[in-house]
Amino acid sequence: MPPTIIQDINQHNFHEVLRPTPFHPRVDHNCLTKNWMDWNGYLTARTYDTLAAEYFAIRSSCSVMDLTPMGKYRINGPDANKFLNRLVTRDVSMLRPQRVSYVVMCNDEGKVLDDATIFHLSEGDYRLCCQHHQLDWLMISSLGMDVSIEEETHDVAALAVQGPTSASALKLAGIDEIEQLKPYDILHTQLHGFEVMVSRTGYTGDLGYELWTSPDNALNLWDAIFEVKQKGFYDIRTIGLSALEMVRIEAGFILPGDDFNTAETAIRADRVRSPYEVGLGWVVNLDKPSFTGKRALLDEKKKPIKRRLLRLEVSGNKAPQDSFLYAGKGGKRIGTIMTQIWSPILKANLAMADVEFAGGSQPNDIWAEIYYQKELEWRVSWAKGKVWNKPFWTHPRRSASPPGSY
Amino acid sequence: MPSYDTIIIGAGHNGMVCACYLARRGQKVLLLEAANEIGGLAAKREFFPEFQVSVAHSISHFSAKVIKELNLESHGFINPSLALPTVGLNRNGEHVVLAHDEGGAASLSGVSEKDLASFKNYQTLMYRYAAMLKPFWETVLPRIGVGGIAKAMTYAKLGLKLRLLGKSDMREFMRIAMLPARDLMDEYFDNDLLKALLSWDALIGSKMAPRSPNGPVVSLLYRMGGDFEGAHYLPENGIESLIYSLRSVAEASGVEIRTNAPVEKILIQGNESGLKVEGVKMPDGEIITATRVVSSADPHRTFVDLVGVENLEIQFANRIRRLRSEGYVAKLHLALHGEPKFTGLAGPEGRMIIAPSMDTIEFAYDDAKYGEFSRQPVMEVLVPTRYQSGLAPPGKHVISAHVMYVPKKLKSKWCVDAREEIKNKTIDLLSQYSPGLQDLIVHAEFLTPEDIESNFRVTGGNWHHADHVIDQMFMMRPTYEAAQYSTPVPGLFLCGAGCHPGGDLTGAAGHNAAHEILKP
Repeated sequence: MPPTIIQDINQHNFHEVLRPTPFHPRVDHNCLTKNWMDWNGYLTARTYDTLAAEYFAIRSSCSVMDLTPMGKYRINGPDANKFLNRLVTRDVSMLRPQRVSYVVMCNDEGKVLDDATIFHLSEGDYRLCCQHHQLDWLMISSLGMDVSIEEETHDVAALAVQGPTSASALKLAGIDEIEQLKPYDILHTQLHGFEVMVSRTGYTGDLGYELWTSPDNALNLWDAIFEVKQKGFYDIRTIGLSALEMVRIEAGFILPGDDFNTAETAIRADRVRSPYEVGLGWVVNLDKPSFTGKRALLDEKKKPIKRRLLRLEVSGNKAPQDSFLYAGKGGKRIGTIMTQIWSPILKANLAMADVEFAGGSQPNDIWAEIYYQKELEWRVSWAKGKVWNKPFWTHPRRSASPPGSY
Repeated sequence: MPSYDTIIIGAGHNGMVCACYLARRGQKVLLLEAANEIGGLAAKREFFPEFQVSVAHSISHFSAKVIKELNLESHGFINPSLALPTVGLNRNGEHVVLAHDEGGAASLSGVSEKDLASFKNYQTLMYRYAAMLKPFWETVLPRIGVGGIAKAMTYAKLGLKLRLLGKSDMREFMRIAMLPARDLMDEYFDNDLLKALLSWDALIGSKMAPRSPNGPVVSLLYRMGGDFEGAHYLPENGIESLIYSLRSVAEASGVEIRTNAPVEKILIQGNESGLKVEGVKMPDGEIITATRVVSSADPHRTFVDLVGVENLEIQFANRIRRLRSEGYVAKLHLALHGEPKFTGLAGPEGRMIIAPSMDTIEFAYDDAKYGEFSRQPVMEVLVPTRYQSGLAPPGKHVISAHVMYVPKKLKSKWCVDAREEIKNKTIDLLSQYSPGLQDLIVHAEFLTPEDIESNFRVTGGNWHHADHVIDQMFMMRPTYEAAQYSTPVPGLFLCGAGCHPGGDLTGAAGHNAAHEILKP
């Protein structure tokens, strides 16, 4: 059976440079800054009102983010599991229905193409969500398999509802079974008469959920959630991608394309990264008989690691943006800050840093050379980095089941 | 303990050559053939009661090294002393004939003095190039960038040989190696029949026409590496004598041959250290274990059907899927109750090419590349009964013709009517050169590439398993990571026409694969 590929042929209005999501009427209403950006071709808010307020909504109350632009692919057919298990490094052969798994995809050379989440919606029916467009790779991967791949990025509207009070707010919004969901569980339910899927997943490191529905019901879903705010039960705030960037670095999640070049976009041979090099060794199951990239990763495992993407806390109050990193103050250059934020909750500069491991070991004295401006005059300073082997910030409520009521 | 050291899938000539070499070095070898007869496309088969023929009807460059090392001549193979003439047929009987005498010297007739003089230059140069490349067809070409000095030496030798041609010939080689056949012929010759005749062996078997780029000259030089400098021959006891002599050597060396034994799956065991071949599974459920499995089946069949893409990484599998291996050559077999007469020929001698000009070939290709029949096909015709007895009852004859271009994927889909239509069209065309042919025909069989695919288990019905094009040759054949006979699956090897150096009856792929398997 040749693979069935169904591509989206929705008409795109060429007058719109960026496409509005199904939530756009509400997003536009809430977005006071009109600080728009492009995310996978969609018109997306970078901020809504003030970054600090959005950030604290995630960490101390309830936040809502429009997740629709994320790449979404529906995968089913007799060979669906075989297809996925060959596509990703993690063993997903035992992924049960109504469960989600975080995975990474590599090419034959064992270099990371993207990370993704696999949602096992119901027996043999999967949704793959990834940061970047992956239809081409999925099509190539499906050759010789009896599997159907449908691009459904535009056909599924999604909201991330994250923060300590997210469970309580969603319960009040009408999702009665919300407390039954354990991390990475999926729930198919009805809300005011329309179908909605809820997963206990997220990119904030906090208690949180993602809600999925058809574009026709997008505004109903939005309104059902914000009704809880209007009735005065919980504060709920919309958040943009800038606030998300802060919490995802705090939580230690990587962002392919920002923290490192993905294998299909890298031009220079030394810019690609293996899962081990970006700290995703824990999702590589080498005991799985075969998967794409396994032979290369087996070889890599035998040799000392060349570099790692590290979680680096940089001392002081200067933002180490794009800083070079050195072995010792003024020593040999060993790396670069890839992404960085100021963490309000930890009161620290936190960064994802690409660092060379000479002889396979982590440098023990990492310094950042920071250029900063004082009244339009450039200055340089040095700040010591501290490597975190765990996420910078975690909270037990993220995995507490049932979630506590806040 | 595995039951065998090596299981070889497919008793075509390459599978048999490989089996012989391995068994002679003490391996316990099982050779499995899906058909009820060994030989693959070279197997003699009865296409009508009392009339026999094989799909492969001539030999251009079977490895002299293999004949010698396996001692095929003492097992019944008779190395011919004379090549077949190649005849560019003209409807009016004014043919162009390229013949070789016993010493191998070529003589050309039916062309102008100017073309004769050009032919001498052309021939001298092309034979130099063919001789330069010849050793590399029987050499494993190492993986680029992997391995030490010994491996780099193979390429150093190629570079040296190229350099030893001298500056002007080397530059000329670099220039013409990638030329379309059309440009090369136009540079040298005026005679349309001659140009079509000489470009024939650059094209046949691949999806290529005179104007196609992508290295047809290299494909031509590959064929010119034979004993008769590219001229085809037919052993007096037939193509099958090659197969039977190989069987005789195989049996004498202890190879166990099973026919009617199609392999259903190549069994692969996987654990944390990777995959490993375990053996093969037969349709009745029988499992035969072996240390290694060597497949002479084409790469697509081997990897996609027998191994399964789930055992292959995505980019590798995709390269195999993308191999260009669509056949464009059909086979016409005619059973005749008398000897056919060709206008202007005393008898039906040699390989008769029906291609009035390179444009005719090009136009025939144009139709086929869009999925239609060629309005005017071109063909290579041989009357094997002229050279070999026993293929037909006394006084009766067989015509064997390769017909181009017949697409594997016909736009209107292959059916009985479509096959009849192209068959009749081909016979009509042939009759223009052989008046009275229609009255001699007892039976006609037409095998489209689709028939060749299903009857002989060759993907696309392509004799070469993968087109002879520059991106699918040398250390890229069939694709990198499988071009040194080993594959990404440890214990699985290839030894068929889909490997370096390629298709036709040569035995080189089987020889090279055995060499690679046996290397210390």
